[in-house]
Amino acid sequence: MPPFVLLAVLLAFSAAAYHLGRRRAFALAGAGGRAQRLHSRPNYHGALVALWCALPAILLFALWLAFESQVITRIVVEGLPEPQRSLPGDRLSLIVNDIRNVAGGRFEETAADPAVREAAATYRRLLGLSRQALAVVTLSLAAAMALLVRRRLRPTLRARNHVEGILTAMLVACSTIAVFTTVGIVLSVVYEAVLFFRIIPVGEFLFGLSWSPQMAIRADQVGASGAFGAVPVFLGTALISAIAMVVAVPIGLMSAIYLSEYAGKSFRAVAKPLIEILAGIPTVVYGFFAALTVAPFVRDAGGLLGLDVASESALAAGVVMGIMIIPFVCSLSDDFINAVPQSLRDGAYSLGATRSETVRRVVVPAALPGIMGGILLAVSRAIGETMIVVMAAGLAANLTVNPLKAVTTVTVQIVTLLIGDQEFDSPKTLAAFALGLVLFVVTLCLNVIALYIVRRYREQYE
Amino acid sequence: MSKTQGHPRAGKTPENSRTIAVVRASLPRRYRSERRFRLLGLAAVVLSLGFLALMFASLLANGVSAFRQTEIRLPVHFDPEVLHAEALAQADYGQLIRASLGRLFPDVEGRRERRELAALVSSAAVYDLRDLVMRDPGVIGQTREVWLKAGADIDMAVKGHFRRDLPEAERRVSDRQFAWLERLAAEGRLEKRFNRTFFTAGDSREPEQAGIWGAVSGSFFTLAVTLMLSFPIGVAAAVYLEEFARKGRITDLIEVNINNLAAVPSIVFGLLGLAVFLNFLHLPRSAPLVGGLVLTLMTLPTIIIAGRSALKSVPPSIREAALGVGASRMQTVLHHVLPLALPGMLTGTIIGMARALGESAPLLMIGMVAFIVEIPKGFTDPATVLPVQIYLWADSPERAFVERTSAAILVLLAFLVVMNAGAIWLRKRFERRW
Repeated sequence: MPPFVLLAVLLAFSAAAYHLGRRRAFALAGAGGRAQRLHSRPNYHGALVALWCALPAILLFALWLAFESQVITRIVVEGLPEPQRSLPGDRLSLIVNDIRNVAGGRFEETAADPAVREAAATYRRLLGLSRQALAVVTLSLAAAMALLVRRRLRPTLRARNHVEGILTAMLVACSTIAVFTTVGIVLSVVYEAVLFFRIIPVGEFLFGLSWSPQMAIRADQVGASGAFGAVPVFLGTALISAIAMVVAVPIGLMSAIYLSEYAGKSFRAVAKPLIEILAGIPTVVYGFFAALTVAPFVRDAGGLLGLDVASESALAAGVVMGIMIIPFVCSLSDDFINAVPQSLRDGAYSLGATRSETVRRVVVPAALPGIMGGILLAVSRAIGETMIVVMAAGLAANLTVNPLKAVTTVTVQIVTLLIGDQEFDSPKTLAAFALGLVLFVVTLCLNVIALYIVRRYREQYE
Repeated sequence: MSKTQGHPRAGKTPENSRTIAVVRASLPRRYRSERRFRLLGLAAVVLSLGFLALMFASLLANGVSAFRQTEIRLPVHFDPEVLHAEALAQADYGQLIRASLGRLFPDVEGRRERRELAALVSSAAVYDLRDLVMRDPGVIGQTREVWLKAGADIDMAVKGHFRRDLPEAERRVSDRQFAWLERLAAEGRLEKRFNRTFFTAGDSREPEQAGIWGAVSGSFFTLAVTLMLSFPIGVAAAVYLEEFARKGRITDLIEVNINNLAAVPSIVFGLLGLAVFLNFLHLPRSAPLVGGLVLTLMTLPTIIIAGRSALKSVPPSIREAALGVGASRMQTVLHHVLPLALPGMLTGTIIGMARALGESAPLLMIGMVAFIVEIPKGFTDPATVLPVQIYLWADSPERAFVERTSAAILVLLAFLVVMNAGAIWLRKRFERRW
């Protein structure tokens, strides 16, 4: 039985259990529908039986599916002939991959070697067995729990309180998922990064000036040792983000000022949603726009001026990233400018200030902490932005601050290191996680500071 | 009479009159700077809108032509000598096309010219012919007029994307081919027809054979997983945090976490997916199931934040009334507060889904970037999604893929517009001011 069907059957079981519990409650209440003899209404009795029927079974189902593949793999590896079983870890994992691929029908069976084929057959047999066992075990668990709880229904049973307790526990569990996600991110990234730092020292990674992670797979190949000094990558990220902010901050801030202080109601009603459309466009579209339209334009314009512009210049990627961030800066600044109390403006006008003087000398300084927070959030977004730079920025890690040259960024390197055939536990793959760790830590710091500033600022005028 | 005396309110002391003079002298400058500032603001707004217009214009200019594909009408003779009844699937359909072209242009001689002639028709046209014969074996032995796809370069030439004034050696379409095309057009054998393949096929290396249906199905399965998980979990988390949680360390921790996760770069979620779902739990690579899980973690903060603000907007009097007639807290929330907050929560969910639909970076990490021809049929089939398909096509060097990339973007944007319009409609329809 495929897992999705099994899940549907489980839900059907649970619905049946609901009716079972409800009927039992009516029976307990006695003839004539004297439901007031019960502590809780019959529906709650039904719900209690249904919850006990479904929840343990679904939990078992999820755990089983999560660990099934690992257990089966271990059994299959135990069954491999001796020479393959004693291979080092990475070679073994390649063989295990082969076995899984053959078993899943993604490979020509005839192409594999006989031991792998045999192991694949075992794998498939065990998988089938496991699925049958899963169906039998979960369904009997569900049925058993339903019957057990049904037998314990009494008129005095506080079914509603039980049901509400279970529901509350479920709500708590759902709300802690965010915490577990953070923990998951930190653990997975840190774990792999630590493996990386065992091979490449932290100092070399953070302060080295040369980045060429294309490590050869075999140790005896030419140029086998990669270089993992990430400074050029960090510098490239900083350069592109800086260009983006140079575009986004003035345009976004001035748009926000114009829209909130000058524009008429109807103009604002049209222009504001239009600017926000820019925020809703997927980043891959910006990337395509940058690569197809902006980059050639920048190169040709540079050519007319006699400048030598790389076809994947930092300028093109940065400008387009800036365009992407405009609505972000604009709507945040707009919020903060609107939060400045009208009395401050009135005070300035009464002293004879013009509108622009009021904005520049009173409104913007009053809103400045909030705006700074918003800009920090925008910087963090620019640093973490991936698709635009993957499509429009370069791959080569040049140590330069010339915006006309091609530079690379942290996100570009993560993507290129992890796309395609990856070898497990090679420094090349692990380097991506080390970069990811840096990215996560930097953006986290920016976000925490920004959110702190923004929150402090919001309280100031409330 | 001096100027200051014209203003009785300005006072009479010499200091006052000097101040007024200074102010008056500075007024033209201040008004100029006021006008400048105002123009600067307007320029910023116009510039942002200009970028938007430029982007759409460039997409439309590049993409609209992809919805039509050049096709050539050929009198194909379904030669029984070539089509053996027992091996229809393996027959040499290319020979039929070449023979038919040879009959139309009998004066073409020489290997090179013949090859150029054959290149008029797409190399994928043989599959269309095969399907036609398999569907209706009765055509064998007859001659029929059949519309066949032109090759990608020919298609581009007909749509005017290749300049004819370049030297012939630098062009992908030769002078001879242009001459043939003109003759075909004059005979009514050349037409741009609606490009059905684009909407029904999976990916392909041949631009004229490539379509978005595989990616659209992949996006559908991925989003289905995301919706099924993130909506119930998001609503539950919002309800707990807003209605049940007592202020305290743990609640604070959860709140800070949610706010931070909303701002974590999406690619980091991809790293999480790679490390946890693929390497630790051994879920299948490139599967919509894993993509959906990653996108769930990514959209949850959005949905929770929107859900909480929807719950906040339900007035406390509703809760007090329910509690007053003896409902428990859970009953109050489930029977009264939640139904009233649900439209707002749905709006937030749709916006989160729209964002998930456009997301591609984390999906690159979990292998949804493979070249997949087959159309996915389930949650564990290898698949790709629409934005990743756009990324893959954008990398292809052929001119014909530029057109198809833009067209795929237009389709993606159409989906997004529909979803956002739905969210706006929902908000307008069910929004209640208390």
